[in-house]
Amino acid sequence: MKKKIYLMMTLALIFLFSAGPAFSGSIVIKGSTTVLPIAQKISEAYMKDHPDARISLSGSGSGDGMKAIIDGTTDVANSSRFIKDEEVKLALGKGTYPVPFRVALDCILPIVHPGNSIDNLTIDQLKAIYKGEIKNWKELGGPDRKVVMISRDTSSGTYEVWEEKVMKKERVHPGALLQASNGAVVQAVAKNKNAIGYIGIGYMDHSIKAIKINGIEGSEETTLNGTFPISRPLFMFTRGWPTGDTLNFINFVLSPQKGQKLVKSAGFVPLY
Amino acid sequence: MSNIRQNRDRWIRRFFYCVALASITTLFLIAVFLFMEGLPIFSKVSLKGFIFGKYWYPTSEPPDFGIFPLIMGSVGVTIVSAIMAVPLGVMTAVYLAEIASPGLREVVKPVVELLAALPSVVIGFFGMVVVAPFLQEVFDVATGLNLFNASLMLAFMSVPTICSLSEDAVYSVPISLKEASLALGATQWETIIRVILPASISGISTAVILGMSRAIGETMVVLMVAGGAAMVPLSIFDPVRPMPASIAAEMAEAPFRGSHYHALFATGIVLFTFTFLFNLFADYISHKYRQVGEATL
Repeated sequence: MKKKIYLMMTLALIFLFSAGPAFSGSIVIKGSTTVLPIAQKISEAYMKDHPDARISLSGSGSGDGMKAIIDGTTDVANSSRFIKDEEVKLALGKGTYPVPFRVALDCILPIVHPGNSIDNLTIDQLKAIYKGEIKNWKELGGPDRKVVMISRDTSSGTYEVWEEKVMKKERVHPGALLQASNGAVVQAVAKNKNAIGYIGIGYMDHSIKAIKINGIEGSEETTLNGTFPISRPLFMFTRGWPTGDTLNFINFVLSPQKGQKLVKSAGFVPLY
Repeated sequence: MSNIRQNRDRWIRRFFYCVALASITTLFLIAVFLFMEGLPIFSKVSLKGFIFGKYWYPTSEPPDFGIFPLIMGSVGVTIVSAIMAVPLGVMTAVYLAEIASPGLREVVKPVVELLAALPSVVIGFFGMVVVAPFLQEVFDVATGLNLFNASLMLAFMSVPTICSLSEDAVYSVPISLKEASLALGATQWETIIRVILPASISGISTAVILGMSRAIGETMVVLMVAGGAAMVPLSIFDPVRPMPASIAAEMAEAPFRGSHYHALFATGIVLFTFTFLFNLFADYISHKYRQVGEATL
């Protein structure tokens, strides 16, 4: 009887410890959902180039990626914003020095329903809409319909850019609808002719209409030459200066022939 | 020989004790964790300011951590969905247990329970893509993503819970009570209203409260269709942001162990308190109104 139990326990232990095989050449990537499509495309291409490489990729938000860098549970953290002072302190406290790499540019487009006649606004008008001062499209020269503003959750990177570049640190009206992702904003605007929202350029499609700002259309060109006012850099952070596989991967991402081409095909603006 | 059997018995008893303990310990540890991560926010904002504060701007400078609009959002969708789901669930239960033919019952009951198997994200998607534009057209409201839409979707989700549990309660009323009532000359309607329902009221109440507690804790649906405006709703067509939606939308990007993070956990504590009270209340009711004797459920 006892022997049997011992045998079973030993077997169980062996099973437990053999369940987590360690691959050589494995890279863990976590973080921003904005950067996720880029990371996904590049990871696939990287694994094709390096058949022995294993990349595990997940997207759960820039803050989550930073958390993972601080805790040491990831090699690369995607982020749609720069690291915050608090996070740097926490990381240094754990003996990690996060190193940023600018990997792409993102351009944030204000969008409306395709049936909306408005196609050009100024930053001040956008600000007034999101402060709740402009309540009707009539005030902007549009039809007599209530404006339904759609915003992102206050901690998303996209919201932060919007807050900084459009709201100039003033508060978005609490009556703004909240959607938790770029895709959800597209859905909500496409289904509502009263709505205005904002999304990353990579999520633009034919179900919605982008609005020009001060007559400037948001595009790759206007983002790179800095004339389009609502744009931001996207980052990958590593724990300390990268070495080995992580370094290879970062080089691959930054290579104009490889990674940056994929940045473009993912719908973002490449650096070169 | 008997020694071995007793020994085995003891081991089995210990094993089951450990299993039961494991789930309780897990729950306890989660609660401890929730409080550990949530309480630090009260060094930045008072309890009163947190619960009754009207503004939720966790990331601006200086931040505002008032979850009153979120609490009202949760309460709003829960009440409106209960108004829709309770009559529907209880009446379906009575019909299935008392009126429907056994053959029909065999078909309808699994179908209603199948509703519970619909993933919440599917219901949310349905609400977003189909119901929201429909509401916008029919009621001419500014946005179809609002309290009413969310309540409707939540009602979908709580009907199976309410119906299935109430049906069990109604069905387990002893046949002798029903026979006695009918023998005294009462009609079927009178029997249902005066005898069956009172006899099963504790089971039905438990069902209703558990259904509501499912509605208040449901996350995906309210995240997708409630609209998400952090304002106290003034009409049922106003967009709202119930607590779970706020936590789910913001947690991923909140700086680790920052004030925002703690505030979201504190919101979780409030939510936990709500569902805990609901369950406690359900337990109380099912004991207080428990029928004795033959009608014991």
